[in-house]
Amino acid sequence: MAEEIVLETRGLTKDFKGFVAVDGVDLAVRRGTVHALIGPNGAGKTTVFNLLTRFLAPTAGRIFFKGVDITSSRPAVVARQGLVRSFQISAVFLHLTVLENVRVALQRPLGTSFQFWRPERVLDVLNDRAMEILETVDLAGFASHAAVELPYGRKRALEFATTLALDPEVLLLDEPTSGMGHEDVARVTALIRKAAADRTVLMVEHNLGVVANLSDTITVLQRGKVLAEGTYDEVSRDPRVLEAYVGNADA
Amino acid sequence: MPARGNGRWLGGGLLLAAGLVAPYVVYPVFAMKVLCFALFACAFNLLLGYTGLLSFGHAAFLGSAGYVTAYTVKSLGFSPGLGLLAGTACAAVLGLVIGWLAIRRSGIYFAMITLGLAQVIYFLSLQLEFTGGEDGIQGVPRGVLFGVLPLDNPLVMYHFVLAVFLFGFWVVYRAIHSPFGQVLKAIRENEPRAVSLGYDVHRYKLLAFVLSATLAGLAGGTKSLVFQLASLTDVHWHTSGEVVLMTLLGGLGTEFGPVVGALLVVTLNNYLAGFGSWVTVITGAIFVVCVLAFRRGIVGEILAFARSRSAPKDP
Repeated sequence: MAEEIVLETRGLTKDFKGFVAVDGVDLAVRRGTVHALIGPNGAGKTTVFNLLTRFLAPTAGRIFFKGVDITSSRPAVVARQGLVRSFQISAVFLHLTVLENVRVALQRPLGTSFQFWRPERVLDVLNDRAMEILETVDLAGFASHAAVELPYGRKRALEFATTLALDPEVLLLDEPTSGMGHEDVARVTALIRKAAADRTVLMVEHNLGVVANLSDTITVLQRGKVLAEGTYDEVSRDPRVLEAYVGNADA
Repeated sequence: MPARGNGRWLGGGLLLAAGLVAPYVVYPVFAMKVLCFALFACAFNLLLGYTGLLSFGHAAFLGSAGYVTAYTVKSLGFSPGLGLLAGTACAAVLGLVIGWLAIRRSGIYFAMITLGLAQVIYFLSLQLEFTGGEDGIQGVPRGVLFGVLPLDNPLVMYHFVLAVFLFGFWVVYRAIHSPFGQVLKAIRENEPRAVSLGYDVHRYKLLAFVLSATLAGLAGGTKSLVFQLASLTDVHWHTSGEVVLMTLLGGLGTEFGPVVGALLVVTLNNYLAGFGSWVTVITGAIFVVCVLAFRRGIVGEILAFARSRSAPKDP
């Protein structure tokens, strides 16, 4: 496996006033793979996630994206470099239309976003691209609806579409199937698989079924530390992982 | 969508017609007062209604622009147009400074920083030499606009104020329906998400803040020419509270709401003035009833009603 490492952490640590949520995590995400971060509740998955996207500042350790140290970059800058996250709660712009939600993601490269003296019409050149993206998640028929009117599963699909609109090199997904019913899980899994065809995906996930189907590499976290790493088969046979999960299920 | 467009033209047409006949129906000074506060509220609405930032110090921009306009016109002999420009520019610079400090925090902390800094402006207005302290700056000459329009004529003055208001309203309208406005709404709806899309939200908030402060200053400068007076009332925190009231009553985040709200509040203050201090009790009671009964404000409720009537059931 000589593939290039696109996202890497070294000794990543986050200490919340004495509670060490993430403790010296070394992570290496290879380009073009789907990498899953799993672990029981409170293992520090979401904290790692927030550290990677710079929504939280680490106490110690460094983060490298495409070989560049981004440990002290601002979150918006990291996003512009191609490391884009989704959110656990469906993060859509509720009172914008479905089309506008995707268009907001597309409009930044136009360089007109500070132009308060120009009409919205200048953004209409993006409508075709936005509709194409909405087609891929079956939302084209809802384009003129306000996002607030969509049911939960559709909101998640819209969020996914908005994230994809940025065409990120690395896609960070925070529990993409949380709170979903069966059909929605299948739909989102298919979407992730499609999106992962030409980019790198790092996902935090609870649902082991989703992870088993999608991931090339799985890192298991427990109490802020890396417990095991490998393919699904390797990890799922690891007695420490079984203990961590089963032990947790018993509690 | 077309129904909304028609409603917008209808509302705009009605307001424009009202604006044109107003000076023949009510006292021009009263109508001008309404227009100044309407512009002030529209400027405020750009920030609260479309960016989601509650400033509790907007009187600082209204009042300081009033002082600068009054001072430059009365003591330095500026023409009214130039005086207004100076007042507005002062508010813009003040907006840049206060905004730069305040946008680092959000929610209640943002409101408190704006309030605190506005209190500093109030203190300065009371203490500085040129503001005239408790007396304010009185007897500001209206002068002649562009060398041809005698503003001492009430009707000429009125139409000038109407033009200023329409310009300010248009700027706000343009801004909220611009590429910039789209980003502002995105920030209002979900700030972390806007960050994750690569937007430096602080910069957008700062530009919105400066725009809002500038237009509030335009309203304040105009007001000082209308009343030929700049006084402490306009920099007092009570005025900052009143503009919140106007915006919420009329309809937060609606284009015409602040205008309707300003009309209502100024009218109440004027016609209930005979009741003395009861005015505040009555406006307070109306405010509470409005917030409890129709939270979207007057225009907001009308729009919601129209939408529920016109929208067919979802597919």
